[in-house]
Amino acid sequence: MSIENKSFRPKIVAFCCNWCSYAGADLAGSSRLSYPADVKIIRVPCSCRVNPMFILRAFEKGADGVIMCGCHPGDCHYSTGNYYARRRMTLLFSMLDYIGVENGRTRVEWVSAAEGVKFSDTMNSFVEKIHSLGENVRLGDLRCRN
Amino acid sequence: MQELINRAKELLDNGTVARVLGWKAGDLPYDPEPAYFETAESLKDFVYNGFCGANLSKYMIEASKLEGKTLVCLKPCDTYSFNQLIKEHRVDREKAYIIGVGCKGKLDIEKIRNQGVKGIESIEGAEITDEADTLKIQTIYGERSVAYADAMLERCHVCKGKEHKIFDEQIGESKETKDGERFDEVSRIEKLSPEEKFAFFQKELSKCIRCNACRNVCPACSCRKCVFDSNKFDSSQKANVDSFEEKMFHIIRAFHVAGRCTDCGECSRVCPQGIPLHLFNRKFIKDIDELYGEYQAGDDTDSKAPLTNYTFDDAEPSIVGKRG
Repeated sequence: MSIENKSFRPKIVAFCCNWCSYAGADLAGSSRLSYPADVKIIRVPCSCRVNPMFILRAFEKGADGVIMCGCHPGDCHYSTGNYYARRRMTLLFSMLDYIGVENGRTRVEWVSAAEGVKFSDTMNSFVEKIHSLGENVRLGDLRCRN
Repeated sequence: MQELINRAKELLDNGTVARVLGWKAGDLPYDPEPAYFETAESLKDFVYNGFCGANLSKYMIEASKLEGKTLVCLKPCDTYSFNQLIKEHRVDREKAYIIGVGCKGKLDIEKIRNQGVKGIESIEGAEITDEADTLKIQTIYGERSVAYADAMLERCHVCKGKEHKIFDEQIGESKETKDGERFDEVSRIEKLSPEEKFAFFQKELSKCIRCNACRNVCPACSCRKCVFDSNKFDSSQKANVDSFEEKMFHIIRAFHVAGRCTDCGECSRVCPQGIPLHLFNRKFIKDIDELYGEYQAGDDTDSKAPLTNYTFDDAEPSIVGKRG
């Protein structure tokens, strides 16, 4: 991965579900797979725990991209959590797109506990995408900027 | 209107209802306000005319806790909200005696003012028994006449229909007012570039003074404890200090009622700044219709709301980018 603009380090928040994606991140680590340190993982009990406000709040506090990872549909530890999360996030992302926030800044990816490679690939490609979009200037509280 | 008052008196007198929930004349000809009437004498202030846009179904949440039945006047669009509140167990159907009142489209005083009508003294032609063709407005500068359709609220131009979804009896005539499609404006905005969309919403939302009127009037916003009142939420009870806060407020406000919003248009009607808040709600409704099948909140009292439901093959969130 080549990143030309070295001066810009994006802030990326990743919400990972405890049962699949967080374990997937763990596997990526123990398999010595790398992903950029710009990704800050927040562990949540289930992808369904992610309130739309979390995503907006992350942007408000200066995140340049927010990604949510959960178990594959059908594999939720709580049976159906990620089905609800899927509908919620689809509507929220569509709304963000509607008010003019670039669509690439938000993403949902299903990563199981066995998919360390997928986790690392996903994070690498997401960081690259945010690099190409640049700093998030549309959403964000100016007071939180340096 | 006299028929409505007579019937209300009759029901108050024979003890069927303990109070009447309707509209009472305000100080000016165009500002009737929601009110309770507990005696037959007090009904002399009762009005029902073209300016009675207020949706009374939300008042039934509190009225359901009172002793005895409440007679409530609901317009066709208000009955959707009432149905939705029944579904959410917020109102007690047994405590309500619903009179479905006719509707010929409700008026927006701002639209009249925007046509250069100033110094209004009286308005003729807004009574529910009138034909709803033209308004004769007496102003301090002389008489003006305005076409009824040009003074109607935006929501009446895209009316859901004049059929009451729930009622005990119906009084009064209705007149079809629909002359547009409700998603036209949403589709227009969707086609803009991200910069144009952002500029559009920036312009509209920067007018927001965080008065919370849109939240307070919304029949779907009926939580006892509201997230916006929490002092942990940055923008609780204060005017925006940053452009982001009002966006967050309005996205979350619309999101909290997504799938439950009946598109009654009260938020836009009460906004003192004239922000087209229905554009947020309609975007969610449009997405739900397109992705999860057509759904009209308040159509019935037992179907599952789209966000409390799922199917195994729902669209993935990445569809947002692909739809273009």
